[in-house]
Amino acid sequence: MPSRRDSHSPAGKSLLERGLLLLIVLVLLQGSVLPLGAASSPDTSHNDNLDNHQVTDERNNYTKKPFPVLALDYHHIQTPFEIALWVLLASLMKLGFHLIPRLSGIVPESCLLITVGLLVGGLIKLAGEDVPPVLDSRLFFLCLLPPIILDAGYFLPIRPFMENLGTILMFAVVGTLWNAFFIGGLLYAVCQIQPANPSILHNIELLPCLLFGSIISAVDPVAVLAVFEEIHINELLHILVFGESLLNDAVTVVLYHLFEEYSGAGKVTVMDGFLGIISFLVVALGGILVGAIYGILAAFTSRFTSHVRVIEPLFVFVYSYMAYLSAEMFHLSGIMALIACGATMRPYVEANISHKSHTTIKYFLKMWSSVSETLIFIFLGVATVDGPHSWNWTFVTVTVILCLVSRVIGVVGLTYVINKFRIVKLTTKDQFIIAYGGLRGAIAFSLGFLLDKNLFPMREMFLTAIITVVFFTVFVQGMTIKPLVELLAVKKKQEAKRTINEEIHTQFLDHLLTGIEDICGHYGHHHWKDKLNRFNKKYVKKCLIAGERSKEPQLIAFYHKMEFKQAIEQVESGGGVKMPSAVPSTVSMQNIQPKKAPAPAKPAEKAPSQLPKGREEEIRKILRSNLQRTRMRLRSYNRHTLVADPFEDGFGDLLIKKQKMIELEKKIKDMNNYLTVPAAPPDSPTMCRARLASDPQAFRTKPESDSVPTIQVDLASPQSPDSVNVMDEFRRAGQEQRGEEREDEQGLMMRPPSRPHRSGEAADGKDPQKLTRCLSDPGPSADEEEDEPFLP
Amino acid sequence: MGALQSSPGQPEYVDLAKKTGFSFSQISVLHKRFLQLSHNGETLQRDHFNSIPDLACNPIRSQIIEAFFDRRNFRQNGEGPVEEIRFEEFLVVMSHFKPPSPRFVEEQRERVRREKLRFIFNMHDTDNDGTITLDEYRHVVDELLSLSEALEKDTAKSIADAAMLEVASTSMGHMEPDEFYEGITFEHFLKLLKGFEIELKMNVHFSHMDTPTFFK
Repeated sequence: MPSRRDSHSPAGKSLLERGLLLLIVLVLLQGSVLPLGAASSPDTSHNDNLDNHQVTDERNNYTKKPFPVLALDYHHIQTPFEIALWVLLASLMKLGFHLIPRLSGIVPESCLLITVGLLVGGLIKLAGEDVPPVLDSRLFFLCLLPPIILDAGYFLPIRPFMENLGTILMFAVVGTLWNAFFIGGLLYAVCQIQPANPSILHNIELLPCLLFGSIISAVDPVAVLAVFEEIHINELLHILVFGESLLNDAVTVVLYHLFEEYSGAGKVTVMDGFLGIISFLVVALGGILVGAIYGILAAFTSRFTSHVRVIEPLFVFVYSYMAYLSAEMFHLSGIMALIACGATMRPYVEANISHKSHTTIKYFLKMWSSVSETLIFIFLGVATVDGPHSWNWTFVTVTVILCLVSRVIGVVGLTYVINKFRIVKLTTKDQFIIAYGGLRGAIAFSLGFLLDKNLFPMREMFLTAIITVVFFTVFVQGMTIKPLVELLAVKKKQEAKRTINEEIHTQFLDHLLTGIEDICGHYGHHHWKDKLNRFNKKYVKKCLIAGERSKEPQLIAFYHKMEFKQAIEQVESGGGVKMPSAVPSTVSMQNIQPKKAPAPAKPAEKAPSQLPKGREEEIRKILRSNLQRTRMRLRSYNRHTLVADPFEDGFGDLLIKKQKMIELEKKIKDMNNYLTVPAAPPDSPTMCRARLASDPQAFRTKPESDSVPTIQVDLASPQSPDSVNVMDEFRRAGQEQRGEEREDEQGLMMRPPSRPHRSGEAADGKDPQKLTRCLSDPGPSADEEEDEPFLP
Repeated sequence: MGALQSSPGQPEYVDLAKKTGFSFSQISVLHKRFLQLSHNGETLQRDHFNSIPDLACNPIRSQIIEAFFDRRNFRQNGEGPVEEIRFEEFLVVMSHFKPPSPRFVEEQRERVRREKLRFIFNMHDTDNDGTITLDEYRHVVDELLSLSEALEKDTAKSIADAAMLEVASTSMGHMEPDEFYEGITFEHFLKLLKGFEIELKMNVHFSHMDTPTFFK
């Protein structure tokens, strides 16, 4: 899972600055406590004040008062102010932790945040005010949870998820059921065997115990995400635990509603159990269906957004949120709906939207989910201080112990069964991590909060126990999992970038395994995946992806994406980076091309200019005309196109271009037979899209080829090893003035790996100057999820 | 699994089991499939493979079929193609797709990894010279993309070139402009796909057959 934290701890920050920041944070804390505490019921008081104002206004017409120059009206803005203050507090806390690198290395962020929440809650209590009911269930389920789940669902690595789906489902469904019944049942048994003092435990019936068991048994996605993100464990384990935490929502919902319903009645019959199973299927499948429908709608909508690029991210967010709300409306599993929506729409939406929209979606999702997560943990701390507690040693300790025990037994038992069906078996180490990673979190707490006090008189005891379990798992397990991972030498996540060779071989392997399965006569995993892919390509892509890209094979999409990325990297790093890997190497295409036998006959006598005269002239004409068109483009900016016009910077560019033209002509004259990796053909849909995608008036090079029969210089064919990539030449010429070059005009192609002369090579290796980022991408950080191909 | 199980103690099976690592039930299932494919004959030829319907839409069909008839995959240090194979060779080729046992130590896993990568290398290296040249690699990419329509020829070439360049860069590091990179040797290939974890990916489940009737 990609890290959500892009900040680096400033190594050289002085103590003074740190102290200052901490001071500011503390002051803000104090400042925020008082107004937060003063909030009792914001809405009603607001309305009252409004009425009062109106009334007093009328009255004011009669008694003239001096005009108030400056007035304080807190109630007017109270609610949004408090919300903003909480969010600000959460973000400042996040900032603060990263100033203390050692601390954030030892203690996971979730623990620190809960501690902060405890502090804030304590401060509010000390100030004598009422702690606001922050972890209100509606707020939690409708506002705080969806961003996190959407972030997880949109960036879910589909391939490992699908490959391990059986295992994940087993853990999610059977594991959660086992946990719920085991904990609930044994708790009831323990509650009954209190001979000495007739405590309140005796009054707890079986059904409330089972309800409690079902609340506490579900692994929490928020907590898992928060903790696992920091330990960088290998992909398989991550997806197993994380997938389980997502998919067990359906089970939890059904069990919760089932037991809550019948707790009043006091009995559950077999019929009810049967209905429960049906209900589970409806909840799970219904949720997925709702999500998929909205996902397809979103994908379809994104097909038409080529002219209004600015609101593309909005569609993604709104459709997903609607999917969540629709599912919640029918009491289906909202989490599964959200996951299904995000996962369904992603491949198609990404093929349709511009690069900027993609970046926007990514960063907004990360931002919201990050803030949400922080707020959840802080609120957990605050609610702990506040919540009515009723501590019962037996109940709480038994709960904690039972949670651990049942988790271990469940995982071990299930793995034994699952390993019979898996090709790659789960080892003991894997099982330990899966068991240990079963963290509980805020969802359990909110579900407990939702309980009706009248039906469940022991609600407070439940809440206390839930909080204890949550604290235990987050603090103890969260803090110790990192050193345990190191100790057990569990395989970590591989950080390497995806290379094109790996991509080729992934595809190759897919087809190979499908073929072998067909030869064996075994309709296995690969067979169905292949069928699905073919169906997708034939029918679905045509509907949902706009234009040319629907036919683009995955390998090519990957290749173009890689090129694009490299081009951005080069633009940002000043053109010193070679392609494709960061390994500095002087190997170029020339070394790979097979030498023709007659060619070495007279190497030194080759005339410098290889292009026939006429062709040169044509090329020059084309380039000139392209430049002119670019200059003449409108430099307006309107909200509908959001053109990041790279040429907006003024006349300096015109001069640069002129210079470059002259350089290029000089270069064409004394051309070296330098082969470069050829660029994609200029009218390839991806290139056009990539080039200045948000601008509908992006210049097109295609019309030229009608009048002038060039540009399609056949680059890499063995017949003409001496041909040159015209575009690259132009770029290379431009690279000469690296100091002033500010953008990547001619689109995104692979840079020629070496220079005509060795001295230029040395100059390249020097410290490259940072160029302005014309394409306003915050940067190619080490995010690998982008390298995932669109479709598995 | 294995409702039609022949007596597990058959002597040929013992040999084969020891040689390939399959269990008896797996061998008997595969034997049944072999007989199905070869119309109860003793040997399989290329034509028999052509009659598997699902295989027809596989882009690398011909290479897969060739791999079955390639002596390099028979683990007998032979070379060159054959015209027909018996059940033993069929089984040996299939054994390349067995997953490594979870009890393997690191060096055994390494051995398995090498074997699997060797299989793929042999599939790419069609002229048996021990290196994958640019043309052969181009052919691989062409085949992979052969199913998609409306493809410009250049793109396939450029992908293969880029991939080759990558291999050369990572393996050779520094090359003079007039040096020539012959092709990907097996060692370079190993290095290239080191992070690929092929022993976890290149596996097929061998328990039972799903095709309800004979394939025709």
